[in-house]
Amino acid sequence: MTDESALSTAAPGGGSIETQWDLWEVFTQEGAGAPHEHAGSVHATTAEHAMQNARDVYARRGKVVSLWVVPTASIVASAPSEAGPLFDPGNDKAYRHPQFYKTPRGVRGL
Amino acid sequence: MTDQNPAASRPAASPVASPADVAKVAEFEARIERGESIEPKDWMPDRYRKQLVRMMSQHAHSEIVGMLPEGNWITRAPSLRRKMVLLAKVQDEAGHGLYIYCGTETLGVGREELVDQLLTGKAKYSSIFNYPTLTWADIGVIGWFVDGAAIVNQTMLAKASFGPYARAMVRICKEENFHKKQGYESVATLASGTPEQRAMVQDAVNRWWWPSLMMFGPSDKDSPNSAELIRWRVKRDTNDTLRQRFVDLTVPQARAVNLTLPDPDLRYNDETEHWEFGDIDWKEFQEVISGNGPCNRERLAARRKAHDDGAWVREAAEAYAAKRQAADAA
Repeated sequence: MTDESALSTAAPGGGSIETQWDLWEVFTQEGAGAPHEHAGSVHATTAEHAMQNARDVYARRGKVVSLWVVPTASIVASAPSEAGPLFDPGNDKAYRHPQFYKTPRGVRGL
Repeated sequence: MTDQNPAASRPAASPVASPADVAKVAEFEARIERGESIEPKDWMPDRYRKQLVRMMSQHAHSEIVGMLPEGNWITRAPSLRRKMVLLAKVQDEAGHGLYIYCGTETLGVGREELVDQLLTGKAKYSSIFNYPTLTWADIGVIGWFVDGAAIVNQTMLAKASFGPYARAMVRICKEENFHKKQGYESVATLASGTPEQRAMVQDAVNRWWWPSLMMFGPSDKDSPNSAELIRWRVKRDTNDTLRQRFVDLTVPQARAVNLTLPDPDLRYNDETEHWEFGDIDWKEFQEVISGNGPCNRERLAARRKAHDDGAWVREAAEAYAAKRQAADAA
């Protein structure tokens, strides 16, 4: 149904050359009121460390006012193969659109 | 920085494709044709993934190794202003390397694997960083030529079909605007300075011009995979087109500060409205990318030393994390 590794395709294979720290996804908010958007990822040992690295890499320049860091393994993402049925906008259901309804002539503010 | 070595990973004689694979490739190519972005979890031909891992990792390595020739002059910058600028620029290059490594990892290759490929000399990086920075004027000329060439290439790559690569390029292009301008400002200052300063900057131009043209990679006729990369919209333009764009941009900038470019064949063609230039020494290019440039060994040795010298920091971070975990568990 869903894929545990949300943003990458496969776990890195092959022999470990040096211990690789966990991957964290970074979200930045550029200005108050703006949504947090995915910026990229960092490797880190702890949440605190991830926050520091995210700050250094993704908030080093620009106008970031807030950061989120999330362990990549915690993100559950939809599978591309299910995009069709999952995100069908249901456009065939005309009653979901305001144009479907009749309004008596002269009535305003509806 | 640019795609210099498209021939490096030729397709192996592929086994006969199943009808299902043929259909998948057709759907993939139709998506590209419609201008859709390919995301890491989407199905993609193996070859597309391989080409991207190769291009993106080379690009990331170039950002990292690119810090070395300029880092060489940080302590000797002629003023505090120039020193602050250079520090900021070199720091940007580190950040840019990290953006692209993170994009490359979405293709299923680990960071430690990428770093190992660089440190063991298995991976390539842009040939330009194997030339030495002999004088302060080199720093200005690198900003003007090398970052100028990189911007031409990266502006194209910001429209690449692979989402994470394109997004990293957009981020980089935004930040890199000042890199070229600070270089040109420094060059213009020296060009209007004392006779010695003028001679120094002209000498730097003479040494960096041809290697900068080589940054765009082999000529189209020797770049067998260009067509595939363009069909898949990893690239939008060929090496020669990008090189020409760079030359057309740069020649008037050189003339504006009364510097000459070291090419007797350079002339404007009124019909094509392009600057024609002389033959590139591809033998030199091949020598440098195969490890025999002036600074190849020095660059790798510096990278390895930095990696080894940083080992205690990585160990300390891990020890701290383990201690914290143990404390949390208690």
